[in-house]
Amino acid sequence: MEKFTLTLKSVPAESLRTALCGVVSSGNLEVLVEHHGVEDACEIEVSTSAHGFRDIWEAVLNDFAREHKAGGLRLSINDAGATPAVVSLRLSQAFEIAGAP
Amino acid sequence: MKELFDRLFGMGRHDIATEGRFLHGKAMIGEEKATVIGTFGHAAIDAVLALRISKAILEAVSEGPHPILFIADTQGQALTRHNELLGLNGYFAHIARSVDLARRCGHRLTTLINGEAVSGGFLAFGMLADRICALPGSEVRVMDLRAMSRVTKIELATLEQLARESPVFAPGVENFWRMGAIHEIWSETDNWQDRLSSAFSCNGDERAAIGFERGGRMLASPIAQCVADA
Amino acid sequence: MSYFEASARTRILGLVDAGTFQEFCPPEMRQTSPHLARLDAPLSFDDGVAVGRARLSGHRILIAAQEGRFNGGSVGEVHGAKIRGLLDRAMTERPSAVLLLIDSGGVRLHEANAGLIAISEIMRALLRIQAAGIPAFALVGGASGAFGGMGIVTRLCNEVIMSEQGRLSLSGPEVIETVKGVEEFDSKDRALVWRVTGGKLRRAQGEATRLVEDSIPAFRAAAKELMESHFLHPLAEKSLHDLLEDQERLSERSIEFSDARDGQAVWDARLSDSSRVPEIDCEEFNRRLLAK
Repeated sequence: MEKFTLTLKSVPAESLRTALCGVVSSGNLEVLVEHHGVEDACEIEVSTSAHGFRDIWEAVLNDFAREHKAGGLRLSINDAGATPAVVSLRLSQAFEIAGAP
Repeated sequence: MKELFDRLFGMGRHDIATEGRFLHGKAMIGEEKATVIGTFGHAAIDAVLALRISKAILEAVSEGPHPILFIADTQGQALTRHNELLGLNGYFAHIARSVDLARRCGHRLTTLINGEAVSGGFLAFGMLADRICALPGSEVRVMDLRAMSRVTKIELATLEQLARESPVFAPGVENFWRMGAIHEIWSETDNWQDRLSSAFSCNGDERAAIGFERGGRMLASPIAQCVADA
Repeated sequence: MSYFEASARTRILGLVDAGTFQEFCPPEMRQTSPHLARLDAPLSFDDGVAVGRARLSGHRILIAAQEGRFNGGSVGEVHGAKIRGLLDRAMTERPSAVLLLIDSGGVRLHEANAGLIAISEIMRALLRIQAAGIPAFALVGGASGAFGGMGIVTRLCNEVIMSEQGRLSLSGPEVIETVKGVEEFDSKDRALVWRVTGGKLRRAQGEATRLVEDSIPAFRAAAKELMESHFLHPLAEKSLHDLLEDQERLSERSIEFSDARDGQAVWDARLSDSSRVPEIDCEEFNRRLLAK
């Protein structure tokens, strides 16, 4: 597994509760949304079975942090080789379920 | 088999018949008369054999509380489409219920592994006893490493390497002992008659706790506790 | 919504009263499998099973849902301990029922020994709650079915609710094909697999006590109805007499179908009309079963 953590600037989230979204199966991933201390930053921890795609991850996660009010959230990802499109979709779903507008 | 029975119960202290791969009869354990129910010759347990096992258990229950010894030697469940169609899992569940009834009715239950104890066969028959002992040279497994490597797509060499460090997936009586699923491993030089008597004087299901003490299963006990007490 | 397609968590939320699910040992506790980690395999924060308490139609229940798409819903040390802990909890909490949403190929091979032992502990814990008068229901309708040790666990439950897509058996068709050859069991023949392990066969045999459409509301309605019928007829401990009856029934089945290798033989014997069974809906199937 390849693991890394990113801390990205993001507008503070309006509300949230803990949520788990998605399933760790081939070509899919799960995202756990939790609260974390720093209001204007989103911390994202990735553990992925697909090695050598960190650049693509960073691009997808940067887009997410820019487009959503994700400040103060900690996202933890267990990935089993999802495509960038699936990653984006799951992140948005997790964000929705967690109750942030 | 007679040689084994002589060693376990003493000469002239057992009356056990065999039919196919099934054995059933009475024997003296210490000063108590016990029912003996078992399989031998690495039996594959199919619906017919499963029914014989459960019938023997229910017969013992109808006789009132006395010790029951299971002697297990099974390569696992019979692998046929016919047995799946019948619902072999339901036949195994029925054995488990019969074992549970025997326990609730006050029978003490011990399993002796004599040869092989594999996967589903072991799960249904033997593993639910209060105490499990293994004779020397026995083998316990879910699946051999080669087949495991094929199914999990993990290199055999990796599995072999890890099997040396951890008792958690590799075949072996010692591994199951460390995990708390086997209470005693007997040796060739032991007095088996004495060991059998003392096995029957123990009780209770503390397998997860034993597995923790022996360092084989560090999480099972605390996680179950965490859910039970949350 | 399709039960088959839904995730374990979606199934729970759709089955229980809105807003009542409270999870134990939740994903944020990160109780993942150290054994998968050692093999560098992907982890899941809940190790593939969610357990907790909720209400069904206002009544207190305990519920566990296996995620069939995470390692085939397989039972490892943590996964198994969560289910066993839930059953232990039932002894003190005394819920109206325990619902087990089974979706599992059985023991997780990456931690095979721990998984096998865990299933034996689940079996014992399940028998203990039943002896204490607490009913357990198995719900089977997911992609991984109920196989291996979890097939045995399913049949230890007081009620088994299945959809026609659900599969309940012991050895997976793939295992039988690998060991015994394709002529014994062709695991790629989906229609055959379904006729040998599927919901319509198991219902006709009486192995499943309800056959429902593949929808979460249908599973909920059946669970609710069965729970209410258990209120009217509280569970008595299984007696020697009960088990002798079971023995007789299982024995008769093995004689009546001593040569059968296809579910059609069972439908021919149990349905008023056994034509085109794979195509008919549950209502029609249940009508034909009752008519015989």
